[in-house]
Amino acid sequence: MMARPRPLAVMGNFSNPNTLLFAVRAVREAGYTDFDVYTPYPVHGLEQAMGLRRSKLPYISFAGGALGLTTALLLQWWTGAVDYPLNIGGKPFFAWEFSIPVDFELTVLFTAFATVFGFLALCRLPRWYSDYQHDAGFRAATDDTFVLSIHATDPQFELERAQELLRSLGAEDVRLVEA
Amino acid sequence: MQPTPATVATPPHVNGQELQREPLVLGNPTLHDVTEKIAGIAVSRPSWKYWLTLGITGTAAAWGLFCIGYTIATGIGVWGLNNPVAWGWDITNFVWWIGIGHAGTLISAILHLFRQRWRTAINRSAEAMTIFAVICAGLFPLIHLGRPWFAYWLFPYPNQMQMWINFRSPLVWDVFAVSTYLTVSILFWYLGLIPDLATLRNYVKRRIPKALYTFFSLGWVGSARHWQHYEIAYLILAAISTPLVLSVHSVVSFDFAVSILPGWHTTIFPPYFVAGAIFSGFAMVLTLVLIMRWVLNLENYITLKHIDNMNRILLATGMMVGYAYAMEFFIAMYSGNEYERYAFLNRAFGPYGWAYWAMVFCNVAVPQLFWSPRLRRNVVVTFIASILVNVGMWLERFVIITTSLHRDFLPSSWDYYAPTWVEVSIYIGTLGIFFTLFLLFAKYVPVIAIAETKAILPGAQPEHHVVAEAAASR
Repeated sequence: MMARPRPLAVMGNFSNPNTLLFAVRAVREAGYTDFDVYTPYPVHGLEQAMGLRRSKLPYISFAGGALGLTTALLLQWWTGAVDYPLNIGGKPFFAWEFSIPVDFELTVLFTAFATVFGFLALCRLPRWYSDYQHDAGFRAATDDTFVLSIHATDPQFELERAQELLRSLGAEDVRLVEA
Repeated sequence: MQPTPATVATPPHVNGQELQREPLVLGNPTLHDVTEKIAGIAVSRPSWKYWLTLGITGTAAAWGLFCIGYTIATGIGVWGLNNPVAWGWDITNFVWWIGIGHAGTLISAILHLFRQRWRTAINRSAEAMTIFAVICAGLFPLIHLGRPWFAYWLFPYPNQMQMWINFRSPLVWDVFAVSTYLTVSILFWYLGLIPDLATLRNYVKRRIPKALYTFFSLGWVGSARHWQHYEIAYLILAAISTPLVLSVHSVVSFDFAVSILPGWHTTIFPPYFVAGAIFSGFAMVLTLVLIMRWVLNLENYITLKHIDNMNRILLATGMMVGYAYAMEFFIAMYSGNEYERYAFLNRAFGPYGWAYWAMVFCNVAVPQLFWSPRLRRNVVVTFIASILVNVGMWLERFVIITTSLHRDFLPSSWDYYAPTWVEVSIYIGTLGIFFTLFLLFAKYVPVIAIAETKAILPGAQPEHHVVAEAAASR
């Protein structure tokens, strides 16, 4: 026997970025916290309108860079001056001057890895399945549509009220998405 | 409280008409048109032109790989290297290919930081070009090792010989610089691709391509919460790639400048190599983009304005390179060092003088055409000039390497170097590998950054005064 469909979200589509931004502010002012907007490209000002906090990604990247620099310095000092000191042309076993190219490269390398993997972790990606992927209007968000979605997990979610709000804000094709 | 009305700057007017910026995308496409055009390439059947080109480049690649195999199996003796000239076409090609890659990073990173929005039309293909060029570049030092199966000795790893690599050597710096450059370029390119692969995932119908695009798009859905992290990630990668690209060719130039050979031991090398790298890279971007624009009918996306802008960069970097040529001669004269003077006089008037003057013609004279706005927007002139600049920059590396080596400190070792058919074949082979990879990329991966192009279409971004007025009237 099939389980009863469970409501997941109320979605409305927008095609104009001005209307979208206005609607997002109104949804937030109505007290919703668990909502999201799906867009084909980054829309300026959306994160402020949604009231999102600044991304923590720069801290992760910085930590990666610091780790890279430390690794490079320790590696060059320990291998060259401690474990295997070899006199080559009377040059010092370790000096910060000649270590700079490798210091720099490893700092950049570790920062890049920290940034990309930090980005994936903050976005909880990869996640190859989305609850909404059967909804054609939702899939259009990678093409030409802005989708404003109020999730059913929001504490004040009520089907009628959410649908009414989205309609009043100029959303097209306001619909309930079910699992 | 009354909301303050947003102030809007009045655009400049001429004869009562508002002055408009030249549009970055022609034909006024909608968001959906952009998806159709770029994603459509991935589902369309390639034309006979595509298969013919792929056949030619694939054959060249196969022949080059065969010659690499022949070199490895027989030994470096099959090349034309001789006693004073131990670096020939192989290192020339290495430096040339690495330089080609630099324009891709310049376009994707530096122009992003400077908010040059015209870069969106070409950044994806330029980044792909970077990766393929660095792959071709990396092959040469590898084969040059003679015993490439020991290439891992270049990396620091604990081993039974209880030895470590020598971090005081510029050749080790080179290993770190080039491998970091390749890795970061791939990460940057892939990050930019994720949203576009998601567009393709939702666009294609056939099962296997859909499964592949689904896998590589990592489940991207375009959530605003994700875009927020994405934009920061992109900015950070651009910010670290900018010094990275400047460092890579500087480190490559250290391979020469840290030695004591007259003609190599100069402090001008790092900036001179970087300027030359960007110069040659832009020439290669132009060559590729002009072909791509013609084959895939992308005239509305890669417009004459883009070509104009790239030609301006070609003109500027060409003059930097010309300045470096002149300055090298001046310093050689001013140093009072007779060996240094001899190296430069020999470079221009010695046995390789033909290469030197061909280089000056291609790199200094040809870009001067682009003072003319009409020629900057002429596709045929640009195409020919871009190929001449590629040739000129290859000759530059050849001239630097060979002229300093072939006149050794001991005149009894002096010799003349010419390549054998094997070296020429390997060079042609890397051109084949490069173009084959680029053709495959152009067919299966969005050649133009879809999301970025959509973001710069007129009306794509909210006008904050409109939103503010709507909020006020409620």
